[in-house]
Formats: sequence, C-alpha cells, structure tokens
Amino acid sequence: MLSDEEKKEIRAEQEMFPTNQAASIGAMLVLQKHRGWISDDTLADLADFLQLTVDELDSVATFYDKIFRKPVGDHIIRVCDSVSCWIMGYESLRDQLYQQLQIKFGETTPDHKFTLLPNVCLGDCDHAPVMMIDDRLYRNVTPEELVQILSDY
Amino acid sequence: MERPLTQDLHTDGTPLALDEYERTGGYQTLRKALLEMSPQDITNVVKQSGLAGRGGAAFPTGSKWSFVPMGPDAPRPKYLVANADEMEPGTFKDRLLLEYNPHQLIEGMILASYAIEASVSFVFLRWEYKVAGERIERAIAEAYQAGYLGKNILGSKFDLELHLHVSGGRYMAGEETGLLNALEGKRANPRSKPPFPQTSGLWGKPTIVNNVETLSNVPHIIDKGAAWFQGLSLTDEPGTKIFGVSGKVNHPGLWELPLGTPMQEIINEYAGGMRQGLTIRGVLPGGASTDFLTPENLNVPMDFKSVQKLGSRLGTGTMIVMDDKTCPVGMVLNLEHFFAQESCGWCTPCWAGTQYIERTLHAIENGEGQIEDLDRLEAHTWKLGPGNTYCAFAPGAVEPLQSALKYYRADFEEHIKQKHCPWR
Ligand SMILES: Cc1cc2nc3c(=O)[nH]c(=O)nc-3n(C[C@H](O)[C@H](O)[C@H](O)COP(=O)(O)O)c2cc1C
Ligand code: SF4
Repeated sequence: MLSDEEKKEIRAEQEMFPTNQAASIGAMLVLQKHRGWISDDTLADLADFLQLTVDELDSVATFYDKIFRKPVGDHIIRVCDSVSCWIMGYESLRDQLYQQLQIKFGETTPDHKFTLLPNVCLGDCDHAPVMMIDDRLYRNVTPEELVQILSDY
Repeated sequence: MERPLTQDLHTDGTPLALDEYERTGGYQTLRKALLEMSPQDITNVVKQSGLAGRGGAAFPTGSKWSFVPMGPDAPRPKYLVANADEMEPGTFKDRLLLEYNPHQLIEGMILASYAIEASVSFVFLRWEYKVAGERIERAIAEAYQAGYLGKNILGSKFDLELHLHVSGGRYMAGEETGLLNALEGKRANPRSKPPFPQTSGLWGKPTIVNNVETLSNVPHIIDKGAAWFQGLSLTDEPGTKIFGVSGKVNHPGLWELPLGTPMQEIINEYAGGMRQGLTIRGVLPGGASTDFLTPENLNVPMDFKSVQKLGSRLGTGTMIVMDDKTCPVGMVLNLEHFFAQESCGWCTPCWAGTQYIERTLHAIENGEGQIEDLDRLEAHTWKLGPGNTYCAFAPGAVEPLQSALKYYRADFEEHIKQKHCPWR
C-alpha cells in the first residue's frame, strides 16, 4: 500500500509527463526516499498505482544505479572512484573506510547504519578526493578526517 | 577580458538571486526577444554567432535548431531539454553554471524553446547534483512567479512549461538519445538515427537536447549579437569556454576563458602549475573519453579544431593532468573500468570489448600481462572505433587507451617485463 504522502509526491511526477511510464523513475526515487529501497512488494504496489507491469518497472529499476533493489543501510556513503579522484588518492580513503567500517564496497554494516558504495565521478574534480554521505558532499577528504565525519552520523 | 557566463557570479558560494540576475540585465533579453523577434530571428542570430555545442561534440547549435519543423502544421508539443547530466569523468563545468547562475540557464532555455516553438522543457539533472537541484527548483518557481514561465509569457502569447527531472543515474543517460529514453521512463539505451531527435524525439515529437553551457550562452548572444560573440575568442571558433583543470596541479579549478587560450597558459597560470617535484606527462584535454596529449603539445590553443589536429578532442574542455609519478597503466585501467561499468550493454563490441579491455589492463597492472596483450588491446581500439558500435560511447571509451598505447608503450612493457607495477 502506498501512503497518502507517497501518492501525492508520485502524482507530482505524473503531472510532468504525458505517460505514467515516464513518471516511473521519479516515482521509484520517491518511494525509495520513504522506504530506503524498492522491495518486490513496493514494486507491485507501484505497478498497480501507475498501471504498469512489474516487469516494466523492474527493467528500469535494474538499469539505474540510484535505484536499490536490495536493502541498504540508514546512510549511504558514496566514494568517487573515477579518474581525478584516483589520481588524488581515493584508494587510501577507500581503504580507511574499509578498515573503519569493517565492510567493503557493496556491503552494509551489521548494525545497518552504513552502506558503502563506489560512485562514478561526482563532478567536483577540483576538490578531489570527494565523497557523498546521503545528500551531502564532502570535499578534499583526508583519511584522518573520516573518523570525525562518520561520528556525525 | 569579458566573461559573459561567469563574470557576475558571487564568490561566496551563493547563487545569483533573481533580482540580482535581473540587475545584470537578466530576462531583459527575453522581454526584447519575445516582443520584437520572431522564432526564426533567434535561430538566425544563434546560427550567425557560430555557437557550437558545449556538450562535447561541438555541433553547431543554430543549425541543430533549424532542423525542427516549424509553423502551424508542425507536430506538437515540441520539447526542449537542458542536458545537465554531466557524468563524463573529470568534468565539472556545468555544476558551476547550475549552482551559481540557474536563472541564466532558464533564460537560455526559454529563448531556445521560443526559437523552436517548444511548449514543454526539462532540465535533465544527474542525481548527485543535490545543491544544483535545490537551486534550479527554486529558480524555476521564481521564474513562474515573475511571469517568465507559464502561459502568455510577458504578454507575448508564448507558453512554456519547465520541469526539473532528476535522473536515476548511469553515464549513458547523458547521451542524447539515451537521455530521451531515460526521460520516457525506459532504460537509457540509445536510439538509432535517423530519425533525429529534432524531428522525432520525446514521445515521437520534435525535441532539442542542448548542454547547460550551450544554453547559458544564448541570452548573451541574443542580447549582444553574433559579432560580439565572435570577438570573444582568440581563434575563428567563437565564444568563451569554461575550462577546468584537475589532477596534481597547485590550484585545480574552473575558469571561463576565450576559446583558443593555450593549454599551458591554463595549466601554468590559472591552475598554478604542477605541485612541487612533479612534471606533466600527459593531459586528457576534455574528459575521460579524449586522447592523451603529451608535454610537447601543451602550447595547443584550446579550441575544437586545434586539439583535433593533434589527434584528440576538446571534449568538455575540462583537462585531467597526469603527472610523472602517476602510473599511466593504472590511470587507463581506472578509465576503462568506468567504461566497462557504464556500457549500456546494447551492442556486443562495446559491452564485451570494454570488459575485455578492463580485464587485460587489470592483468597487466598486476604483473600478469603478456607482451601479446598489447596487440590485443590495440586491436580493440579499432574494433570499438567509429562505425562499429551503436553509439559514440565505445569510440570515446577507446580514445584514452589508443593514445596511451602510443605514448606510454614503454610503461606497459615494463609492467609486463617486471611482472608488477613499477610505480608501487
Ligand atoms: C556516452 C555519452 C554521454 C554523454 N553525456 C553528456 C552529458 O552528460 N551532458 C551533455 O551535455 N552531453 C553529453 N553527451 C553529448 C550528448 O549526446 C549531446 O551531444 C549533447 O547533449 C548535445 O548538446 P550540445 O549540442 O549543446 O553540445 C554525451 C554523449 C555520449 C556519447
Ligand atoms: S556503444 Fe556501448 S553504450 Fe553505445 S549502444 Fe553500444 S553497448 Fe550501449
């Protein structure tokens, strides 16, 4: 069942486009904002609401990396692993995160607090290395700063 | 030096507010254009100005618009899309325009929409650009409130809707026709051309897709004219360009400069040169999918033709500098990992080829390569080259590889001979 708030936000997506299919990506991002990830049940509820098939939605959900079809932690850490951050040493940032959180890219901490992911170029190359936690961008991050940054969550 | 796109920006990190933008002349061009110029007049001025697309391919903007069917019998609604996907690794120029001057982009979008008689427009924004998203959303609301968007704009009888769409991710969503599929709620595989989007784009209707920087130039061109725009550059390619430098330079950043500014001036003067103890070994002039240039070519004027003459591309104009303590094999492996991951999987040479390239480079970097691998890699640079794949992704993917094999062959051979990366 979609909540009233979810329906309202999905309707705003529908109003932008002539088809419900076009609203599907925005709708999944809306549901993910409320629920963390897109479960099979969520997909079925959305398919019902948008009058699309589950397969139509899933073909899209599995293409776009910002849509999660598996559970994730409360906070998503995205570390830029593209070329400018690689030159500026993102690997030591990654290794520090591996050590501190005791997980690797693609994994979630046992307490479900953090999911750690690599991300393609975050488009902030003059501040490399960069990473995002949820919607917030962290620039010129040093491994030493990570303890402080993570303790804010 | 005139810097039309950036000279009015705040330096404190805040965006230009609507009233501030208006005080710099903002939206006055729109008023003049909607009331005194026909759509064709706008397209003609843009054509005469010689503005070329800033999304990487340098397609002439005015001619692109002129392919859109016009008049009462044209298919409707027509669409205009600002491509704010900016996912090319090493590219961060559109972020500046989106975050600091959203109204300039919106005014450019309204003018472009008027020129092609579009009634619906979208900003297609990459998911990660959160600050840009908030600012664009606020600016759109302000523009509606001020009567620059909506019905009967400034009493001209011209109507335009503008929406912000936040993408679900993936590099291919920024490719023109992949973007159209993404906006329609499909997988971002490209479409075959023809038909071109100008005649059959979103939902089969005429659609123009332009880069953020391209559209941000439009209000200034309409305001000050084609001759003024041509006078901005140092070469015969008109206008300014937002150039960027990243890598181990002293002051990485972005600067709006005349097209044709020499690369070494940008790297040495604006970016402050290399960090102490480092020298330049190579530069990708315009993002991940451009060929390396070597230190002898640093005097190249940064314009489309000059960079092309050296066998590379200006691309997005955001340079990635490789220093002499960075391993070229490792760098190319990083780039090819990106392409292997982001291939949309539609055609075999690309999805299979990019994965083969990544695996082979990985083996070489980790001391498990064979000397024959270099020929195999080289063969892939033409197998994935122009004409052999469905879209321009794959030819772009092999550009850094083919130039690295040419200029840094000895480094590849050392990895193979020593059975490990000499840089580690
Ligand atoms: C794989 C791929 C990704 C692209 N990504 C972008 C992008 O993020 N932003 C952009 O403006 N153009 C991108 N382009 C170029 C677009 O296809 C298109 O040429 C451009 O948006 C047209 O705008 P312009 O004529 O104003 O340059 C990409 C092209 C390819 C092949
Ligand atoms: S070249 Fe690559 S990205 Fe383009 S259609 Fe083929 S598989 Fe997809």
